[in-house]
Amino acid sequence: MSNQLLAHYLAAPDGFDEMLDAAKVPRAHWRALLANLEHEAPDMMRQRREMVQRQVSENGVSYNVLADAGSKQRQWDLNVLPLILPHEEWSGIEAAVIQRATLLNKILDDVYGKQEMLREGLLPPALIHGHAGFLRPCHGMRHHDDVALHFYAVDLARAPDGRWWVMADRTQAPSGAGYALENRSIIAPTFPDLLRELKVQPLSGFFRTMHDSLVHWGRLCAAQGDRPMPLRDGEMPLIVLLTPGQRSESYYEQAYLARYLGLTLVEGGDLTVRDGVVFLKTLAGLHRVHVIMRRVDDESCDPLELQHSLLGVAGLTQAAMRGNVLVANSLGSSLLESGALLGFLPALSRRLLGETLKMPSVATWWCGEAAALETVVERLDRLVIKPSGSLPGQAAVFGQDLDGEARAAFIANLRANPNHYIAQELVRLSQAPVWKDGRTPGLQARAVGLRVFACATPNGYAVMPGGLTRVATGPDARVLTMQMGGASKDTWVQARAKVEVHRLQKRSITGVDLVREDSNLSSRVAENLLWFGRHAERSDNICRLLRVALNIVFHVRFDQRGSEWPAVEALCIWFGLLDTERKAAVSGANAAAGAAGATSALPAAIFTDAEIESALLLAVVSPTVPGLARQQQQLHRIAGQLHERFSVDNWRALNRMVQPAAAPGERPSQSGVMTILDEAAADLMMLAGFALDGMTRDLGWRFMSIGRRLERLQFQSIVLQRALAMDENGSLDWLLELADSIITYRARYRAQPEWLPVLDLLMLDETNPRSIRFQLNGILGAMGKITQTQGPCGMHLLLPLKEELMALDPGVDLHHDNPALSDLLGRIGQASAALSEQISVQFFSYTDNGRQRNRTS
Amino acid sequence: MTDLPASAAPSGVVARYRVVHETRYKYNSTVTLSQQYLHLTPRSFSCQHTESHLIWLDPVVNDSNEGVDYFGNITRHVALTVPHDSLLVHAESTVSLRARYTLAQIAGTLPWECVRDMIGKERSEATLEACRYVYASPHVTLFPDLEAYARVSYTPGRPQLDAALDLTHRIFDDFEFDSKATEISTPLDQVLRGRRGVCQDFAQLMIGCLRSIGLPARYVSGYILTHPPEGKPRLIGADASHAWVSVFCPALGWVDFDPTNRCLVQHEHITLGWGRDFSDVTPMRGIVLGGGKQDLDVQVTVTPLPLLVPLTDTL
Repeated sequence: MSNQLLAHYLAAPDGFDEMLDAAKVPRAHWRALLANLEHEAPDMMRQRREMVQRQVSENGVSYNVLADAGSKQRQWDLNVLPLILPHEEWSGIEAAVIQRATLLNKILDDVYGKQEMLREGLLPPALIHGHAGFLRPCHGMRHHDDVALHFYAVDLARAPDGRWWVMADRTQAPSGAGYALENRSIIAPTFPDLLRELKVQPLSGFFRTMHDSLVHWGRLCAAQGDRPMPLRDGEMPLIVLLTPGQRSESYYEQAYLARYLGLTLVEGGDLTVRDGVVFLKTLAGLHRVHVIMRRVDDESCDPLELQHSLLGVAGLTQAAMRGNVLVANSLGSSLLESGALLGFLPALSRRLLGETLKMPSVATWWCGEAAALETVVERLDRLVIKPSGSLPGQAAVFGQDLDGEARAAFIANLRANPNHYIAQELVRLSQAPVWKDGRTPGLQARAVGLRVFACATPNGYAVMPGGLTRVATGPDARVLTMQMGGASKDTWVQARAKVEVHRLQKRSITGVDLVREDSNLSSRVAENLLWFGRHAERSDNICRLLRVALNIVFHVRFDQRGSEWPAVEALCIWFGLLDTERKAAVSGANAAAGAAGATSALPAAIFTDAEIESALLLAVVSPTVPGLARQQQQLHRIAGQLHERFSVDNWRALNRMVQPAAAPGERPSQSGVMTILDEAAADLMMLAGFALDGMTRDLGWRFMSIGRRLERLQFQSIVLQRALAMDENGSLDWLLELADSIITYRARYRAQPEWLPVLDLLMLDETNPRSIRFQLNGILGAMGKITQTQGPCGMHLLLPLKEELMALDPGVDLHHDNPALSDLLGRIGQASAALSEQISVQFFSYTDNGRQRNRTS
Repeated sequence: MTDLPASAAPSGVVARYRVVHETRYKYNSTVTLSQQYLHLTPRSFSCQHTESHLIWLDPVVNDSNEGVDYFGNITRHVALTVPHDSLLVHAESTVSLRARYTLAQIAGTLPWECVRDMIGKERSEATLEACRYVYASPHVTLFPDLEAYARVSYTPGRPQLDAALDLTHRIFDDFEFDSKATEISTPLDQVLRGRRGVCQDFAQLMIGCLRSIGLPARYVSGYILTHPPEGKPRLIGADASHAWVSVFCPALGWVDFDPTNRCLVQHEHITLGWGRDFSDVTPMRGIVLGGGKQDLDVQVTVTPLPLLVPLTDTL
């Protein structure tokens, strides 16, 4: 064993080490990995780390640290070394997790059904009737195949004796499975041979099972509720993933899972309940939803019957009670997350399963029992006190942190409200190696915990052969939580035999089931797509304008500029890149004096060159002022709302865009800023390319395309109007540059730009993707398609203008002094604004105007 | 100990009422979707029989579903999908009441501590059911001042219902009825400090007192007959929704007290339903899309009806 590799690895003397046995010898299942590390080039691990980091950053894997207004997305911290679990050990974990999920499901069924466990005294009434998570409106809910707990996650820790213990059950809307999947997809390419050699089980089968089960139950919901409408063979049920939205901690994971499983990602406002049936509001009307995989908490799911919340769907409880929709997990399942339940599980297991519990829970006392309360007070130093779930929103307290008055006050409160607290023994977590770079790169020991996932199937529970290994930040952390900034690891579960290659299950899709259009496009998504298109185009416009302006500022002396400069300057002011108000406030007096003394034929310059240069540089790099950086941030934010609709490749380009171009306060050099602009233009071009060549031409694409074209139409009409305001001798190169048409022009005319050919190219040429006519054709084409399915939507606003444009006679009308041209461009700009408004009212408005309000009388 | 077995409860109809409960909303902008969850149907139980009941809405609903909630109350979900600027919900019921326990009959029950100690341990159906109503609930939080207030009535060894009646009297004497002082969301500790409120506050306050010393108590939603001043006719719509308290007594079952009217409930209270607190039996709870500002007008009319001559099946 390489000394260097293990030089800094300190196996805890009184804990369990995942890698080394008691004699400090590597355990058998770690040897292959260690041998691999030892024999490869010393630089390999650094490369792997960089690869992992790049992937995490490019895929945009994140975890929202705090779900409030000022929250920040934290990049996912993924350690390059996996946690390895041998087959035999895993079989034990798997069996225990299946047993536990089965047991919890039965308890849930009983509490929300016959309540026999209360009658028999196996559950104390305070645990149920005194629990805020017991949702009374959900009592009596019936479930297909008696499954109420569809997904289950359990947090495990390994005690010093090597046994695994259950720390906590996650039964409401368990998160982490998607992160585990993403971890694998990032780590697997860094150890391709090792995965095969160690027979690491793939995760994809688990997700397929999960999806197939949901499909199965979705069919039953369609056929067996009180509003039955059975699906044809091969017709797929509509399964949606209900997210609390972008600000939820694990939004990234939700979007990732939705995309991976092919589910429609929806927010509460996308759904509506009519006559006990849940519908998705789409552009094409209401579509019946069969399964809701939810990430919204129990009590927020239905403002009508549960708590007031904007995240839920009014009437959802009724729809679920009437059997018309499957909510997974079943409403009210948070009840099982109460730590107070842990102490009662052994007896419940014997009663409900006729089995002893295979894996113990960490020693837990519910203070609601008098004897337990005394024990807790006695052993406070060795315990962590947590709320039992009847009072939400309280943090865990470590007994050893309390002394003096605080301790007395704490005990008094405990005695006053014993039902509200549980106490758990502090567990010494096992340790596993993490890789640390630095002067002496090598392995270091860190405390780890394992979250394991199970999903229900019609034939019992299936466990994901892997999991989310969570790593404590320091060597002896007491709590593992992703919120506090912990890291994670991929989890490798070894198979007994060679890993089978999973084959896709055959589904019988017949001709009638072929899907050519995403008919489930929600209005919210369509609106975001339209705005994504607009902002992508706006970024491109700003980028090009900055490039044109800075090129002039950098390379043409002030006194040598023609009348093109005031036009460019005016455009910069129009788009907010130069701030006249701020300028006026700063130097109103100077400007007045300067204007009086100006003898040049040019209009009085408002800004000095130095001011312009520094303002434009700021507009390139700083998101605090209008400009490229801010525009790109906005684009990224909107893209975030559409997370599941963009491919990973698309995301790489998007994520690159928002990485800061310069350190805060640092002023980029002339060449530096041009590089930033060139790269931004290239990335934006790449996005446009993806949109053109990588996205299906469905309804959503059309909205995005309309967004792009509308934005470009408005931009070009403003630019051309400003250009026409120049005197006749102003240079036209900048205009071609701004419209990315310089190459075409040169190829065609091989001469200095002149008004007639330039205006023809930028206004009338229907083959030029930057021309006014091209935009009109594009918008009208897309609207024509939308009209076919959605009815008329405002084409009349643009049609007459297109006719007017086409009626122009190039030889007669296309000259600089024609006021009718500028007038037409002005009206085109106005019409495109009106059209944008009309689309918004017609297709999206309910999301803005339709604020839900809770009323009680 | 002079416990009366439950079967000794006097039976026979002692009063009949017709109750009309109209709720009108006026919105200043159009409502496009309205979903309402109603607790407006009187339930039948040992002391009350609902002879007839109907609910209609204007505009007419196209989506209406009757059900029974966790507490056994009759509920109705309605949805309106036609755009509307106003909403009228008209509920009309005829109920007959049977006699309840009199003051004499509730004297001398078990010491309250016995009842407290049974809860959570004794597992008869009745006691298990009572466990639903012994813990804190959304509108009834528990805190030490409540217990202190309760203890003045619940002295050691005092018969349970004597203490309950005393608490009923004390709340009436110590608190002032003031419809401006509180709203639905006013927390209990504020009511206790301010000593003002409406029937709902007094009921929830009394419930909180009972639960804070470990006794089950439920919130009853309903109506009460009001008496017009002598010589004046009964006014339409002058009555209102009412709320009071039901106390669990192992020997007698649930016995109702009205702290707003300083009385043991007899035969002028008409029950809609019960729950842990107001939130479980809100008469109308709804979500509307659109609507803007709204005006709410509620009119309740309780009219005594003559007792029916029993029909015989002999011709």
